[in-house]
Amino acid sequence: MAWTLDDSRPIWPQLSQQLARQIIAGVYPPGSRLPSVRELAAEAGVNPNTMQRALVQLEQENLAKADRTAGRLVTQDVAALEAARLREAEAVIRDYFEAMAALGYTGEQAVQLLKEEFQ
Amino acid sequence: MSDYLMECHGLYKSYGLRAALRGVDLEVGPGCIVGLLGPNGSGKTTLIKLLCGLLQPTTGWLTVDGSAIGPYTKSVISYLPDRMYFADWMKATDLFDLFQDFYSDFEYEKALAMCQSLGVEPRDRLKAMSKGTKEKVQLVLVMARKAKLYLLDEPIAGVDPAARDFILRTILTNYNEEGTVLISTHLISDVEKVLDEAIFLKEGKIILHDTVDNIREREGKSVDALFREMFRAEPMEGGEF
Repeated sequence: MAWTLDDSRPIWPQLSQQLARQIIAGVYPPGSRLPSVRELAAEAGVNPNTMQRALVQLEQENLAKADRTAGRLVTQDVAALEAARLREAEAVIRDYFEAMAALGYTGEQAVQLLKEEFQ
Repeated sequence: MSDYLMECHGLYKSYGLRAALRGVDLEVGPGCIVGLLGPNGSGKTTLIKLLCGLLQPTTGWLTVDGSAIGPYTKSVISYLPDRMYFADWMKATDLFDLFQDFYSDFEYEKALAMCQSLGVEPRDRLKAMSKGTKEKVQLVLVMARKAKLYLLDEPIAGVDPAARDFILRTILTNYNEEGTVLISTHLISDVEKVLDEAIFLKEGKIILHDTVDNIREREGKSVDALFREMFRAEPMEGGEF
């Protein structure tokens, strides 16, 4: 997959967010093994230490856990996956409202337009 | 035993009257990739040559892996110079033989495997190779060693952008875990993603040394953008061209 990195922010949170999205989307199904730090780092073209930090973040969000023999496994905890999905959804919604505000729409107008688009 | 792989204190180097390094204090730990960034003539190559023992400091001292520069440090440093120093009648395999004789940590098989993945035919003579291919051969020689400190002076300057990504990936996947890689370059946007730390050199002094993530977090911009801002040359005004 293509990794897109924004220049103005630190790299590791962007990596952990993109990994979280892949986990939510089922690219890495629950209980499966994540590629090694080195493999992921090489794929994204980033420093292994940076990727390591991103993976630790995933562990803190309970999306992955270190396994003594198999590297890192994607969580099977449905609640944690659901929480992460909701967090990402909220981020998408915030982006929507911010972009609409930049176009000069109020919150209510933005909601209204959203509803109209949905129907 | 210090925790740093490499330390410099009060390092000063002048060529005649011209000072190239003016009081450099630097500590770099093991297992990281560090960018040595600065405009032309800021002292990048001088610092690297001092670490290799190719130059002697005018004043100040430096250590690598806890030892003063000498035969031991040379055995743990893998150096990619900024220019080619091999005879052009040699083949890449001749160079591999040479390196195997000189360095006990050189891995012949790994060098051949890297040639293959970089698309270099190791039995070609250097004079039959393009500039970029020669650079790749040099990189293979340097990265096929299991060194503690890799000093790469402008490793990507002469190759096309696609090969650049490939070379950076080669560096990422081939340096050993405890090894530190010091890369000097001014192609910052290309190397930024692979760096742990960035060092900005200006007129022989270190003006910034921090992790890339800290810099991005604090400044809200990429290291490349910060570099352009800090080293922006004001165009001459009112001059006649």
